[in-house]
Amino acid sequence: MSSAAGTMDHHDHDHHHHAPSGITRWLFTTNHKDIGSMYLWFSFIMFLLGGSMALVIRAELFQPGLQLVDPHFFNQMTTVHGLIMVFGAVMPAFTGLANWMVPMMIGAPDMALPRMNNWSFWILPFAFAILLASLFMEGGGPAFGWTFYAPLSTTYSSDSTALFVFSVHIMGISSIMGAINVIVTIMNMRAPGMTYMKMPLFVWTWFITAFLLIAVMPVLAGAVTMVLTDKYFGTSFFDAAGGGDPVMFQHIFWFFGHPEVYIMILPSFGIVSAIIPAFSRKPLFGYASMVYATAAIAGLSFLVWAHHMFTTGMPVAAALFFMYCTMLISVPTGVKVFNWVATMWRGSISFETPMLFALAFVILFTIGGFSGLMLAITPVDFQYHDTYFVVAHFHYVLVSGAIFSIMAAAYYWLPKWTGHMYNETLAKWHFWCSLISVNVLFFPMHFVGLAGMPRRIPDYALQFADINQIVSIGAFAFGLSQLIFLAVVVKCVRGGEKAPAKPWEGATGLEWTVPSPAPYHTFDTPPEVK
Amino acid sequence: MSDHQSTPNRPDNGRVVKRLLLVVVGMFGFGFALVPLYEVFCEITGFNGRTSNEAAAVNTRAVDTSRSINVQFITRVNQGMPWDFQPEVKMVRVHPGETKVVNFLVENRTGNNMVAQAIPSVSPGEAGLYLNKTECFCFEQQPLAAGDTTAMPMQFYLDPEIPAHIHTLTLQYTLYDITANATPDVLATMLAN
Repeated sequence: MSSAAGTMDHHDHDHHHHAPSGITRWLFTTNHKDIGSMYLWFSFIMFLLGGSMALVIRAELFQPGLQLVDPHFFNQMTTVHGLIMVFGAVMPAFTGLANWMVPMMIGAPDMALPRMNNWSFWILPFAFAILLASLFMEGGGPAFGWTFYAPLSTTYSSDSTALFVFSVHIMGISSIMGAINVIVTIMNMRAPGMTYMKMPLFVWTWFITAFLLIAVMPVLAGAVTMVLTDKYFGTSFFDAAGGGDPVMFQHIFWFFGHPEVYIMILPSFGIVSAIIPAFSRKPLFGYASMVYATAAIAGLSFLVWAHHMFTTGMPVAAALFFMYCTMLISVPTGVKVFNWVATMWRGSISFETPMLFALAFVILFTIGGFSGLMLAITPVDFQYHDTYFVVAHFHYVLVSGAIFSIMAAAYYWLPKWTGHMYNETLAKWHFWCSLISVNVLFFPMHFVGLAGMPRRIPDYALQFADINQIVSIGAFAFGLSQLIFLAVVVKCVRGGEKAPAKPWEGATGLEWTVPSPAPYHTFDTPPEVK
Repeated sequence: MSDHQSTPNRPDNGRVVKRLLLVVVGMFGFGFALVPLYEVFCEITGFNGRTSNEAAAVNTRAVDTSRSINVQFITRVNQGMPWDFQPEVKMVRVHPGETKVVNFLVENRTGNNMVAQAIPSVSPGEAGLYLNKTECFCFEQQPLAAGDTTAMPMQFYLDPEIPAHIHTLTLQYTLYDITANATPDVLATMLAN
């Protein structure tokens, strides 16, 4: 993914850019490609780290009873796994892709606010260093789940909770800066002729995502701040004894939390909407409806938060409102899935790795969407709530959804980033190993969940033993499969068949008009878009 | 880069950034504004089983003897709260508009003077709107000397407007230990006695 190192020496523009070398190049860079690469590597490291924590969880759950870790540490693993995957892996990966691709897709020379771009990346490692360091503190790190419900995070949390709060603050600031940068870039830096309705869908979905980010990340910052003052400064936002309300925490958290899950999927829609037309050799079916569907999903995301908390008890009218609004989201989502399928219809499809991941995304994300519809039904949610069924649901949409789309994106644009073709055989191995293992890992979770196995508990009833063994085997297989991805990327960065400017026959978009690897500076003179 | 920014008819970056920052600050404020908004929302709708923290006006309504409603009482103490806390009766049957007094018995089983606060919750939530307490121990902090027992009264009536489909409502009190945060005058009163 880090490609520009080799290319900047032989690009021929005599720029005012005096590139420092060594570590300072990366520390001080304001180049969107450098920053994009750093985001992507950072997110990959976090992905492996958060994945190792998941493997600790799965190793403990391989057998009933307590074998490897004590319950408190198990709780820290579920918590930090969630936090790292959400804020450290998926979100930075999308920001990295936005950094790399948005300027090239709209014909801009760089992001609009390059210095802020540098900051928004470089505060991230500090946030995660703080979070991870808290695991080594006396009393352990955060152990209250990534949702940090009060009073678990206030009355019953360890002394290191302040570190958790500050790390979330920093992650939030980073995301907000990244989002502002994306919005300003898209609004102000489009090449002449690049009207809004000509923008590639990846740009559109990121544009909408960025608005979601600036709308809800500040609410998250407020929620963690209230937890901080409740725990350390004697306020009673969530403490019933002092006049507060612990249920209110859930309302505030999920007001952030539900748009957040769309923040983690909308850019995926953009990626898949780029890849499926390219490998079907047909233009995207229903471009305008895709844009409106994305906006509709984003708008509805603010009206559904209480479907996470049906079991807290609410008036029937409220439960019905949130249930119907939630189900309504399946309409614009269905429009998207239909459009992808219609794009493939009678196309001349070829199955290179990006296309395979995109296809797997469409099918597996839809499975995750269907289980989401089941969870939306208030009366049955009482059975599914806090069981492995929920775990299965959100891993289908986040792992085989968001993460598969990120991998599809990585394969699709690797030739552009590195100037080399990746090894297709190895990549196909990565795909098939991932596809099979991800289903072995997550599909059986539906069954144990329906049978009543609760989530976030290190032990379980004996009758769940067989399925948990299968799930754990799937988990280790999936984790190890990702090392193939690492190998493919490293090999591709180091060398390989020379990639042409447009390695995919059916690909469209401005990014394919510049050479591969993309020069350090692209579109110094804006392209004319017709 | 500069030739892009000078393109006419496009707002400059600074202005867009300022507006977006305003949204960020506004949403941060909105997160905190949700706290009072939620209070008001619960107060108006009875969402979340809230009841008013202030004494209702004395009952002047006519008693509707055509129907009776069961009012159940549940008591619990918060984790780590060592008091004994029981309602005198588990349930009363009242006509809408009829005023009743129910005593709740507490015992401070520790060797320390303590202060408690009771927090009510009504189920179903909408019934909370029709439960009027003219007097309640939950309106004030409750001091109790070491080893003491006392009966805490709660006087209430149900609004005759209470919907016909409500036949039973449950009033739960949770008792919290607030000795550490009790207001100084409560402690002073307690020491004076």
